[in-house]
Amino acid sequence: MSQWERFSDTFFNRAVIIQYLPDIYHGIWITLELSILIVIFGILLGTCLAVLRVYKILPLSFCIIVFADVFRALPPLVLILIAFFGLPSAGIYLSSFFVLFIILTLVLAAFSEEIVWAGLTSVDTGQWKAARSTGLSLNQTLIWIILPQAFRLAIPPLTNRAIAITKMTALGTVIGVPDILNQATTAQSFSGNASPLMIAAIIYVIIFLPLVIASRWLEEKFSWRKA
Amino acid sequence: MSGFIEQFFNIQIMVAAWPTLLRGLAVTLMLCLAVIPMGLFGGLVAALASNSNYKIIRWPTIAFVDFFRSIPPLVLLIFVYSGLPFAGIRLSPFLAVVIAFFLNNSAYYGEILRAGLNSVGYGQTEAARSTGLNVVQTHLYVILPQAVRNVLPDLLSNTIEVIKLTSLASVVSLSEILYSADMARSITYNASPIVLAAFIYLIILWPLVRLVSQFGKNLDV
Amino acid sequence: MAIAALEVRGLSKSFGANIVLDDISLEVAKSEMVFILGPSGSGKSTFLRCCNRLEEPDSGEILLNGESLTQKNVNLNKAREKIGMVFQAFNLYPHLSVEKNVSLALRKVRGFGTEKANEVARSALDKVGLADKYRSYPSELSGGQQQRVAIARAMALEPQVMLFDEPTSALDPELVGDVLEVMRDMKAAGMTMLVVSHEMNFAREAADRVIFIDNGSIIEEGPPEKIFTAPANPRTKSFLARVSGN
Repeated sequence: MSQWERFSDTFFNRAVIIQYLPDIYHGIWITLELSILIVIFGILLGTCLAVLRVYKILPLSFCIIVFADVFRALPPLVLILIAFFGLPSAGIYLSSFFVLFIILTLVLAAFSEEIVWAGLTSVDTGQWKAARSTGLSLNQTLIWIILPQAFRLAIPPLTNRAIAITKMTALGTVIGVPDILNQATTAQSFSGNASPLMIAAIIYVIIFLPLVIASRWLEEKFSWRKA
Repeated sequence: MSGFIEQFFNIQIMVAAWPTLLRGLAVTLMLCLAVIPMGLFGGLVAALASNSNYKIIRWPTIAFVDFFRSIPPLVLLIFVYSGLPFAGIRLSPFLAVVIAFFLNNSAYYGEILRAGLNSVGYGQTEAARSTGLNVVQTHLYVILPQAVRNVLPDLLSNTIEVIKLTSLASVVSLSEILYSADMARSITYNASPIVLAAFIYLIILWPLVRLVSQFGKNLDV
Repeated sequence: MAIAALEVRGLSKSFGANIVLDDISLEVAKSEMVFILGPSGSGKSTFLRCCNRLEEPDSGEILLNGESLTQKNVNLNKAREKIGMVFQAFNLYPHLSVEKNVSLALRKVRGFGTEKANEVARSALDKVGLADKYRSYPSELSGGQQQRVAIARAMALEPQVMLFDEPTSALDPELVGDVLEVMRDMKAAGMTMLVVSHEMNFAREAADRVIFIDNGSIIEEGPPEKIFTAPANPRTKSFLARVSGN
């Protein structure tokens, strides 16, 4: 066998790929489903928390800040393990899929809260005054005037963060979520061949590369706001 | 409620797990000391190369950066640790982690430093070159100090991510904090050791997270 | 005849299809102050940048005191040390103190020790009237003061020729005088200077020679009296009428 044949037999073995592709295909749907749910709920929750801070209810703001800090400081894998292995002993039974969904949603919410809040505070206070002077209420000003401007600033960092956290769905493998990586590692140990892992890596690149390139484009598009 | 405390904040179990976790902490810190400087160095090379005037250098570098930003770090780590042996390349867990994170971190630090380099106006280069400084000196003394200063919040924020990322090393059974804590958990059937590990991470990372938020406020001006 | 301090022979430069400099030749004698005038986009700045090869000319030769800067084996960094340049936007290093702005090249290019570099830097700053600003940072100075630091930065290397690229265009009117005063002192001290600027009164008073460039070529040159009072070329005439507001 030539060097190349041995290489392709190890990493691009047709028979192995064909055998395990259905499993990996199933994993793709799990990964996509999780990613979409996490992005929607994470950003929504984070935005709500940031908006709640506008009302300056001190104990509430304090709790939100502590939540955001803790979930930004702790490695997601630590949180996942605590929730997955701890909660059942405390009488709470959740599926691994649900644990992963909740933890990554909370992590994305923590980052989104921080990003949206930074956006909110950077909107010029004159905007508040101008809007209120035209008779808009606090809530109307927030929704129609301030939030849209805050989001313009927040979109590039939110995109980056959302990509980083959806990539973390691969951590689900550790607690047995049947995502792409999990299917691939299982297939690898059954087949004794590295092709499933190679295919998994390629699939991740196919999913995330367009997003990474889009985020680069977004950043360049918005970068005129700086400097 | 007492069951909850018993399960997450069991002092006895935490005390018993403490020495193991401390050894794990030492490994985590060692890992950080290896991975952060290497990532910064790789990132600097990537940043300079992705700003190169030569397409033949620029495009492959951008492709490298985007490729490794697209792959989840855990996928990369497992590929390096358990995929490469099939090709006859067998690495220790530590080495596998260092290599996988070097690739991942170089891409992220590279993207940040590139933005930093681009934030320094071309006039600075012209002024430096007009006084006889060569290309290397111009970068070292004039461009890089300004570039780093301009993206310091992003560099810090990414460094926090890198420290958090070292917890993935537990998956390839490198005995850093999380691995040690998870071992203790599986022996005691109790989540308290991992909660203790979480506290250790918090002590290290909370001040840094606060610092990043403060930076954010200053930049709004 | 003495060798010219700066000699440019047949300099041409294009950006794509756009010819910016078209076969320009010029000699600047030692201690001479030459003013370059011309409408914006006429190639003045590009010409200046070609003189120390911050911009690479397509063809032509540049000689500094008879030594070529355009031959292949020239050590460009050594050569640039001898040609000082002052920019429209000052281009001071914002992360360094005023003193370090001036001493950086002394240490790294000249190889001076810190002590000696600081000494030379301070004496250069004294000469431009900034003796009390050593420790300040560029952002703490007015535009006029920043431009004087930039001049000190170039002068500290004891250049044989100084290039000025619109040194006062970015300044508030009341700050222009200080910078021109420094340039006047430099001329009195015998510095060879090539100046791109729109300060007509200053040109009339201080320049030894005025050159008018349009569309990448020298249209007219002569002593300031002649150029300003009796320009021969109609394009020079219409340009002067426009800038003086008549």
